[in-house]
Amino acid sequence: MAQLTLVQAINDALKVEMRRDKSVMVLGEDVGVDGGVFRATEGLLQEFGAGRIVDTPLAESGIVGAAIGLALNGMKPVAEIQFDGFMPPAFDHVVSHIGRVRWRSRGRFNVPMVIRAPYGGGIHAPEHHSESPEAYYAHTPGLKVVMPSGPYDAKGLLISAIRDPDPVIYLEPKKNYRAFREEVPENDYALPFGKANLLKEGSDITVISWGYMARLSLQAAEMLGEQGIGVEVIDLRTLVPLDINAILASVQKTGRCLIAQEAPQTCAFGSELMTLIQEKAFDSLRAPLGRISGFDITIPLYRLEEAYMPDAGRVIRKIKEILQFS
Amino acid sequence: MAQMTLVQAINDALKCEMRQDKRVLVMGEDVGVDGGVFRATDGIINEFGPDRAIDTPLAESGIVGAAIGMAVNGLRPVAEIQFDGFMTPAFDQIVSHAARLRWRSRGRFSAPIVVRAPYGGGIRALEHHSESPEAWYVHTPGLKVVTPSGPSDAKGLLIAAIRDPDPVIYLEPKRLYRAFREEVPEGAYEIPLGKANLVREGRDVTAISWGSMSRLLAQTAEEVAEQDGTSIEVIDLRTLVPLDFELISQSVKKTGRVVILQESARTCGFASEIAALITERLLLHLEAPVVRVSGYDIAIPYFRMEEHYLPDSGKVARGIRQAVTY
Amino acid sequence: MAKSTPTKAKSTSDESSKGDHSWSIEGPIQILDPAGKVIDKELEPKLPDDELKEIYRWMVTARSFDERALSLQRQGRLGTYAPLSGQEAAQVGSAWALEQQDWMFPSYREHAVQVVRGQRWVDILTYWGGSEEGNRIPKNVNNFTISIPIATQILHAMGAAWAGKLRGEKMAAIAYFGDGGTSEGDFHEGLNFAGVFKVGTVFFCQNNQYAISVPRERQTSSETIAQKAIAYGFDGVQVDGNDFLAVYYITNRALEKARSGGGPTLIEAITYRFSHHTTADDWTRYRSAAEVEEWKQKDPLIRFRKYLENKKLWSDKDEQKLLEEAKAEVAKAVEEYEKLPERDVEEIFKYTFAEMPWNLKEQLEDLRAYLKEKKPEE
Repeated sequence: MAQLTLVQAINDALKVEMRRDKSVMVLGEDVGVDGGVFRATEGLLQEFGAGRIVDTPLAESGIVGAAIGLALNGMKPVAEIQFDGFMPPAFDHVVSHIGRVRWRSRGRFNVPMVIRAPYGGGIHAPEHHSESPEAYYAHTPGLKVVMPSGPYDAKGLLISAIRDPDPVIYLEPKKNYRAFREEVPENDYALPFGKANLLKEGSDITVISWGYMARLSLQAAEMLGEQGIGVEVIDLRTLVPLDINAILASVQKTGRCLIAQEAPQTCAFGSELMTLIQEKAFDSLRAPLGRISGFDITIPLYRLEEAYMPDAGRVIRKIKEILQFS
Repeated sequence: MAQMTLVQAINDALKCEMRQDKRVLVMGEDVGVDGGVFRATDGIINEFGPDRAIDTPLAESGIVGAAIGMAVNGLRPVAEIQFDGFMTPAFDQIVSHAARLRWRSRGRFSAPIVVRAPYGGGIRALEHHSESPEAWYVHTPGLKVVTPSGPSDAKGLLIAAIRDPDPVIYLEPKRLYRAFREEVPEGAYEIPLGKANLVREGRDVTAISWGSMSRLLAQTAEEVAEQDGTSIEVIDLRTLVPLDFELISQSVKKTGRVVILQESARTCGFASEIAALITERLLLHLEAPVVRVSGYDIAIPYFRMEEHYLPDSGKVARGIRQAVTY
Repeated sequence: MAKSTPTKAKSTSDESSKGDHSWSIEGPIQILDPAGKVIDKELEPKLPDDELKEIYRWMVTARSFDERALSLQRQGRLGTYAPLSGQEAAQVGSAWALEQQDWMFPSYREHAVQVVRGQRWVDILTYWGGSEEGNRIPKNVNNFTISIPIATQILHAMGAAWAGKLRGEKMAAIAYFGDGGTSEGDFHEGLNFAGVFKVGTVFFCQNNQYAISVPRERQTSSETIAQKAIAYGFDGVQVDGNDFLAVYYITNRALEKARSGGGPTLIEAITYRFSHHTTADDWTRYRSAAEVEEWKQKDPLIRFRKYLENKKLWSDKDEQKLLEEAKAEVAKAVEEYEKLPERDVEEIFKYTFAEMPWNLKEQLEDLRAYLKEKKPEE
């Protein structure tokens, strides 16, 4: 097994799948000669050639729209959108078509494609390069939404995404691209969708998170563990489909729950989780549900980005607040 | 006072504002000569000429992007997007620019535009003509989101939206365009954004809705109150951003039970945000979980099956009873 | 400091181009050859000597700024930065033709245009240094904030010019974008609107040959970008973007046409980005050193300097002095930038709406409380 970073694990997943399945192809801006602006597609052009690693014109709507056609006619396109903030130009194709082709054609057609995009803040990037747009897609019927938090998950989830019969929005936490390494098996392995990962067991409170915030929550939980507080940390891995059973089992045990997310708070995926929990585990709740989010503002440029990004301190503070409630 | 339908009230609001403010203009597909596909801009070109009732090319991103430029240069454009489902091509201009200009320019520029669109199902329309997209816009910092439910509100809210210094997404419940008439005061008046309407007072349960579902909720509440002897408080939000959480809070503290009715897909819809706010802040006042009645997480079906998607009085009554009997 | 009001080159702008569709010129317009020799005397703008020197000062200062900004980024003193070197003539040349009442809509690489038009070098550093304050534009300056989503600003420029037309103002708007931007849907929509409504917009494409790594040939199979204008029903013209005089001449002409009701123009300025797309990019992955070197032979600064020398307006001594002055001006901006005060977190909440709604107030309070707990000494 190799020690890989998250971005290397994604590269590895693409290679593994492209070797296994000739219909898999990658398209996007700078994915070929340049190997992707984050080097996620490094070396792919050399191995698979320009027919399967396609440098497209600069046009996000074009990339996704073309991928729909490719998928309809037997290819398995993995489209890269260079940054989270450039997904909106493709929004119409994503919500008006890819999420609906199966439904619209009564199963005659489907578009098994993956849209990969780096998401989230924390890398000192310019505007439109630090967004967390998952709620837009979670609210759109017909899309699967996958958000890995580390290298091992990233590879296994991307392989599943490519093999999935439905379109998948695959959001990569760019702050974790090179933040740490993990053992990643060399062979191909698929992590199932809709199965959350219990990052840490604990009996006092449940923290639910995904993507970048999952590992941060784990850090906070470990710090609190040293103070004798048992924090259970659930990494959702996939938002759609959602592992509601893992959530309910944990909340029924702890009676307290914090959602930790990076996106602006209002109408974010955390709101959905809180609503579901109170709907399905109302009598188990021993304290109000809490959430840590980005604020309801545009994520600031990097001088004050830190103030926006939830950190371990904010997670700990909120956990303590929920625990104090009796 | 005249008896008007909702669409007539919108027409009246536009004319009132255009008479008193030369900066206001309407633009969009078929808004001029045709008077709008729903006749919302009927007669405007005759009174104000083609420079203030502009038939644009068929290009939604173009309409909104152009409106932003016009607003930056001193005009107050009211852009019509012909149907909810065609707002998505303009999504990038709305979320990446209109919502952020004030923030990006430190207050030097802003985009005081109104984007009007008919929304929701119930008129037996084609695909992309029956969507309820409010949650995307609510989740986007910097946008105000307004959803009138009747003629006199529609007029006062649209005038407030046009006068508002921030960009406003103004979603018109198309199923109510001609469903009923109401007394609408003559001349210009504003209904402030951020003030909900207490439609009906009650003690046992709080029922919340907006836009296309508000009238259904009020009617069903009346029936259930009569049949069951339940005292139901009904709130019509009028605006989702800003949200009148104070009124919700007062009501929930009194009743301890809540049902929220929305037409859109369930997951990550606006009802989730209201339920999240309530469980975060008012859990101790709750005697039952917050109940959601909503559309399903599917694309809204074509008209033969549409009625099964849309909440109706039976589903609403069941939701109210579920909240009351928990 | 913004440029002083330029003296118009009457010889070039007098020609009425209203409704004139015959002015598209075959091949790129060139007035100076790479040796700085005037090859088209008729088109040569008659700018006063002092103004020519001032123009050169701007181009050299822009280059100097660019080099300094790159090194600041490499030292970790600046965030990601998009260099402009190689495009000085395209930027200063087009900016020089703008008048105060005109509106300018930049993408994210038009630092020289922004500053010629009245913003400051320190603003550019402030923005790329991670602070929205760099986008704070003085009230009397008709520059728009930079647009990062590709080609979206084309529509804004067109809309602003349209508003001017509807109100009967004599103004034009210019939209800057690159060769990659012409692939986006908003390019089509913006040019199409402008054609239909005869809006006085100048669509200024700096064709710098690459959108990050993807070459111009991968953006369009049209022979030129300029020719796309034909389909929208207005003039399109190619210009040597490294030739200040040609860029100034044609932009001036297009702006005059726009201001006088003659409608839009698409200008394709052929130029080259000497450096990376941004500091996060590495051009060696997709271009050869030989190719870059070839373009450096067409350096717009060298060409303009030779023009000045040929006119006996410039000496080595002048050059030395200017380089020092430019460095000093940039150094002053850097000094100011590095002394920027720390901003309060309220800054990130402000300007989301005209008035802060309750949820934002509450979130700001919560952040303040948290920061206080984190650093109780403050």
